[in-house]
This record gives sequence, structure tokens and C-alpha cells, in this order.
Amino acid sequence: MSVIYVLLAVSVTVAIVFFIAFILAVKNGQYDDSYTPSIRMLFEDELVKEKSKKIDTNQLKD
Amino acid sequence: MSKETCFHCGLDATTSKINFDDKLFCCNGCKTVYEIFSVNDLTCYYDLQTAPGATPKDIEGKYNFLENSKIIEQLLEFNDGNTQIITLYIPHIHCSSCIWILENLNKLNPSISASIVNFGKKTVRVTFNAETLSLKNLVTLLSSIGYEPFISLDDYSVGKKHIDRSLIYKLGIAGFAFGNVMFLSFPEYFEVGEFWLEQFKPLFRWLMFAFSVPVVFYSSQDYFISAFKGLRSKILNIDVPIALGVSVLFIRSTFEIITDKGSGFFDSLTGLIFFLLLGKFFQQKTYSFLSFERDYKSYFPIGITKITSEDKEESIQVYDIEKGDRLLIRNEELIPVDCILIKGNARIDYSFVTGESKTVSKQSGDKLFAGGKQVNGTIEVDVLKSVEQSYLTQLWSNDVFKKDKSLAFTNITNQISKRFTISILAIAILATTFWLITDASKAMNVFTSVLIIACPCALALAAPFTFGNVLHILGKKKFYLKNASVIEQLAKANTIIFDKTGTITANKETTIDYEGLQLSKEEEALLKSTLRGSNHPLSRSLYNLLNEQDIVTLDAFEEHLGKGIEATYNQNHIKVGSAPFVGYTTESTLLNTAVHVSTNKQYKGKFTFYNAYRKGLSSLFNELKKDYDLVILSGDNEGEKDNLTKLLPTKTKLLFHQKPEDKLEYIRYHQTEGANILMIGDGLNDAGALAQSNVGIAISENVNVFSPACDAILDASKFNQLFNYIKVSKAAIKIIKWSFLLSFMYNCIGLYFAVTGQLLPVVAAILMPLSSISIVVFTTLATNMVGRKLE
Repeated sequence: MSVIYVLLAVSVTVAIVFFIAFILAVKNGQYDDSYTPSIRMLFEDELVKEKSKKIDTNQLKD
Repeated sequence: MSKETCFHCGLDATTSKINFDDKLFCCNGCKTVYEIFSVNDLTCYYDLQTAPGATPKDIEGKYNFLENSKIIEQLLEFNDGNTQIITLYIPHIHCSSCIWILENLNKLNPSISASIVNFGKKTVRVTFNAETLSLKNLVTLLSSIGYEPFISLDDYSVGKKHIDRSLIYKLGIAGFAFGNVMFLSFPEYFEVGEFWLEQFKPLFRWLMFAFSVPVVFYSSQDYFISAFKGLRSKILNIDVPIALGVSVLFIRSTFEIITDKGSGFFDSLTGLIFFLLLGKFFQQKTYSFLSFERDYKSYFPIGITKITSEDKEESIQVYDIEKGDRLLIRNEELIPVDCILIKGNARIDYSFVTGESKTVSKQSGDKLFAGGKQVNGTIEVDVLKSVEQSYLTQLWSNDVFKKDKSLAFTNITNQISKRFTISILAIAILATTFWLITDASKAMNVFTSVLIIACPCALALAAPFTFGNVLHILGKKKFYLKNASVIEQLAKANTIIFDKTGTITANKETTIDYEGLQLSKEEEALLKSTLRGSNHPLSRSLYNLLNEQDIVTLDAFEEHLGKGIEATYNQNHIKVGSAPFVGYTTESTLLNTAVHVSTNKQYKGKFTFYNAYRKGLSSLFNELKKDYDLVILSGDNEGEKDNLTKLLPTKTKLLFHQKPEDKLEYIRYHQTEGANILMIGDGLNDAGALAQSNVGIAISENVNVFSPACDAILDASKFNQLFNYIKVSKAAIKIIKWSFLLSFMYNCIGLYFAVTGQLLPVVAAILMPLSSISIVVFTTLATNMVGRKLE
């Protein structure tokens, strides 16, 4: 039953690792602006569309 | 589509006839922006949102001060010679297109390596190469695409702003500990007398102790500090019983595990602090894009053009202006110091300072005051006083700007906590005495149990959650409050004072009234055509207000500065302007602004300008008059007095010619007589009054533009809803009182267990979160119901 020491050590370590990750995230300013990133992630599509257009025109020239 | 709108900015473009790329534009400015974007493959800008843009303004010379390296140094966030980083505030940021275009700035100029938008704060953080792109060129680039940044004296010497994140840390630690302690106490809850679990009990308990230590000594820090401060100034605030409860919980629990008597109350302890901090966090969420602390610095420019003794133009920092300097003030620039006009035609808009919306003409030799805005070409002035000593800026040396309003006021929770704390201590002592007589071994147990169970978690949560939610609801209705204490103050007000210009009148709208001989059709057309050629603000507004006419090409047109305009068409001669200019000699008694007209040397009549009052003004005042004393304090003249008496309830007091200090003094005087004053104003001239009043509300046509320091910002379109908003604040107070009752009920149940000496950790662990959660649910539901009644 002394395995419980190992289990406890593991669970507490995992919890503390996540806790440190949280503190670091706050420190890096991830919680300062919670709105813009939600919009920013939607922009990738537009950029791709635009690039493909560009390639098309280049191909026509070639 | 009946009306054709500009592809770039969405304004009416029916008459412009500017066509480009099959798209219609309202002006060349908008067309140029479109061209820039289409050349750089950035037309996606228009796909994300229809007509997202703004017309770029002419900024010729406006940002010359960005050549001054001393000023640049103060604005930059990071500078290693090549790479520079700056955060610019751009008021126009309003949609996803804005974010997209500003984050793709590097496509417009390769010297920009990164740009990151913070939508909430309306800022963009730009990293650029200073060798190939100067800060001035960066600002010019942003302006040319309609995203002109706003740089004011406020940005100067701010440097690196410190962001306080300690509440998130504290909340994180409390939440982390709460969760872990809960898991570790599970075996104890069910009292499983299993052999192995008994073996590990001490280990589990010491682990719980370890998790609780940072919660008590770090997360709950603020409660101890506040309780200590309160006791020192002999106030029993709500933090006193909280701090008492937390320390008793911790000490008793530690004692229990040391003596191996029980498992302690670590679960309740960490849970309690977690919920309390959650309430604080909820209430603290505010509007990051608004600022409630603005003073004149937010309006004033950083740099100004100085004319050196060798007749050269040089940009200098506003604080470096000395008495006797010669300054150049461009069109639309703000005058930062008191000075004397030397050269040029000054037409000054003092609306910031006095609230008076009409511009004033000044001749050379006249004195100009700081805070005025030049609206008619370039002028040269000689400085009389430095920035800090100028008339307007001196207002800020008044003591009211140094006081913190919220400190002077006992909030509803603290009002009740005094009686609460005393009765809890009384109950604890009584119960302990009883047990000392009957069964002394239980006495200490009962004493601590009472303090633990009575810890006013639910009580302390009622106000933050109610106010937090009301803040949120009102924010959705465009009424932005600075913090929760404003709601309480708002509910308490008994006198409402309004400023006139810009507050009860709409800034942009004026109405005209014509008095005199009827104008013939030709004369009307001639008048309109004449006005079309003039750039004078009065001509512009009269032109916009007159009916549509056929525009004729004039044979002759002449503008006499400061007097008026004259024009000829088909032998018909017209003069428009001041009374003496058109040959009208009768003394005018009216105080309103008027434009006189004469044709062929015959006096025809005059157009008088009136302020247009906001919609619903009359009905709002009639609703308010039952419960409130109403006053209008105006910096303006008495021209509108008759009009106002007709519109408003008879008991409304009207006071005119009120200087900023007069307004402040008026409020201070009535406060000493016991009035709780709600002041509603708009300009910098009301800043003193807004600060002195119990609640100062700034009204704003556009909340993103600047409003003076205040407790709340109200969108002008919601002005007529003011009474309903006050009603909501009163309802919020009622909700809090109900939740107090609810939390007392929980306390009574808990006290029964405590006094009879049978408080088990599991009872505390159930009762405390249950009471907290039900309070949160109750206040949220109740405030939402109140909020739904708002339209």
C-alpha cells in the first residue's frame, strides 16, 4: 500500500506543473487581452485566399 | 439600394460622383485609401466588414514634433537604435477589419516587422526598423489609411506601464489549493474507517496544511490589510469578521492536526477565500477601452511649433514652452498656453474650456487662453504663461482632484458589518460562557466554531456579484460606470445638476429660425450659392440647414474676414454676415448667434441659431422632478433662458454665466447642506464639478473620444434613459438587502450547529459553499430580471 506515496507524489507534481504553467501564462500577458486573439485566429483563411490569388496571377504571367 | 454609400467609409456618396474600380467613393481621401490597399493586395479589408474605413484627415505638419528625438524617446516602449517598439492608441479601431489591416501593416511597409492589436484597449503595438522608417513616417502612414493615432501629453513620460496582475495570481493559488484540499479531505468526509486510510491520515492532513499556507498568507493578504486599516481608523468593516474567521479557521485547524484531534477545516478555509476572491475579480472587470481619469493632459498635444529668433520653425515639447516664446498654431491645433495673438486671423473654439459652442474671433493683440482650438488657418502667438500656470490647467491644482471619492463613503456592506461583527462576538461569548458552566471541555470548540461558521462569506459576496452584474448590464446599454461604488452613490442622489451646452443640447445639431421679410425664390438660390463658397463655420451650418436650391455660378464673390460675405449674380447683390456689415443698425437685444441678410442694399432679415435639445429632454425632466431637485448650471449666456423655462418643469433652477470654479463651488456648498449631488456634464469645464459631485456622469456623443475625469460615461443616444438607469441602481440596492437576509438565514442554521457544539468539518464544508453559491445565483437572476426591464 506504500505505493500511495508514489501516487501522491506524482499527482501533486502534476498539479504543481500545471499551476506553474498558469502562473507563467499570466506573467507573459496571456490574460491581458482576451478578445483580440479570438478574432485573430480567424484571419488565416483570408491570408491564404489572398496568396492563392497572387499565385494565380503569377502563373498567368508565366 | 436608393442611397449610394461610399465603399470605404459608408458615408453618403450620392453627389460625389467619384468612381474607381467600379466602386463609389464619397471623397478623394477614401478613394486614395482604397488605392493603397488594392495596390498592396489588401482588399480583404472590405470583405471582413462592409465599409469599415475612416476618411483620412489632412495632417500636414501636425506630427512635426515627432522629429524631436527627446519626444520620441519618451514615447517609445523599446529602442535599441534600429528596432523600435511603440504602442499607439487608435480611436478608430472598431471591427475585425481594423484588426486585420493593422496586423498586416508589414505589407504596406516592409520596415514594419510586427504589429499587434489590442482590441479592448484600441491600441496597436508596432515593431519597426527606425533606420528605414521614422516614427513620424509611421504615424503618417497610419493616418493615410484612416487610422490616425491619438498622441497626447498623457502619453508623455508614461514609459513602461506596470500591469497589476496580483489578483489573478491570488485567485489562481486559492483555486489550486481549494481543489487539491477538497480531494485530500474526501476520505475524511465519509469516515471510512479502513485500516490503510487511517495509516495515511497524518500525511493527508499535513498536505492539506501545506496547500493552505500560501492561501492564508498570500491570497487573503488584502483582507488582513484592510481589516487592520479599518480597525486603526475605528471602523468595523466587512473585512474584520472575514480576517477573524480566516485566522480562527487556520489556527484551530492547525491545532487539531497537531494534536491529532481531527482533520481541521482546511477545505472550508481555501474554499472561502477562493469564492471571496472570485467576487472581487468579477467586480473588478471594467471597461479597458474607457478611461475615467482623464485630465487636461489627455487633450493637450505633446509638441508644438516654436518660431526661433532666426525665423525657423522648430518642434518643441509643450513643457519646454517658456514665457516670451513665439509659437505657430496650425489649423485645428489646440493652444496649450495662455498667450497673445500676434499674426493671423484667430477663430477660437473654447468649447473645451467654457462649454460654449460658438467660436470667437480674435484680432492681433488679443489674449488667448489655453485650451482653445484654432479653427481658421495658421496663427502666430507670443507666450504669456507656461503650461502649468495657464488659466485652464490651474483648475487641476484644486484639491478635489487629489481626493479619492470612494474612501469618503461607507458602502452598504460595511454599514451592516458593524452590527454583524458585534452580534457575532456577543453570540460567541455567550455560548462560550454557557459551555464553560455546563461542559468546560467543549467551550473552546464552540467559541471557534461560532467564529468559523459566522465568517460572512455570503454577506461579502452579495454586493460584488450584484454590482458586477449591474455594471455589466448597464455597460451593454451604453452606460459605463467606473466601479461598483458608483451604483450605490447613484441610488442615493437627491439632486441632479445638468450642464447645458453639449449635455442637454446635442452638439452637432442646431436649428435655425428666420425672422424678417420673405425671401424670393431667386434670393434663396442666391443665398445658398453664396454660402457655398464660404468656409466660415456659421456659413457651413447655415448652408447645411437651408433647403436644397439650384446652385448658380456667381458673377462675383468676396469674403470679408470677421464681417461676412457678399456676392453678385445677374445684377442681384447679396450681403450675408454680421448686423453692421449688412447695414442693419437697430441694436440687437438677442444674445443668440444670428446671421443677417440683405439684398440690393435692402435689409431682409436674420437667421437665428438655436441649440437643438436632446430628444426626450422634457419627459426625462418631468420623470425626475418628482424625486429630485433639478438644476441647470450653464457656462453660456442667457440666450436660451425663455426656451428652457418653456421646456422644463417650473421648479428647475436655471443658472447662467457659471465659470468652471463657480460650478465646483455651487456643488460644494449644496453638499455641505446635505445634498447628494449627481452632476451631468460633458466638457473639460465641467471637470471640477464632476470631481466634486457625489456622482459625476460625463455625456459623450462618441464614447471612444475623450471625456473628462468622471465616475461614469453615458452615451448621448441614451440620455433619455437616465431615469431608468437610476431606477436600476436602486433595484440593485434592494437586491443586496434581500441577499443579506438570505445569508443571515444560513448563518442562523450554521450557528445552531456551532452553538450546540456539533460543528463537523463536513457540515462546514457543505454549508459554506452552499450559502455562497446560492447568493451568487440569487443576485445574478435578480439583476438579470431588473436588466430585462430596460429596453
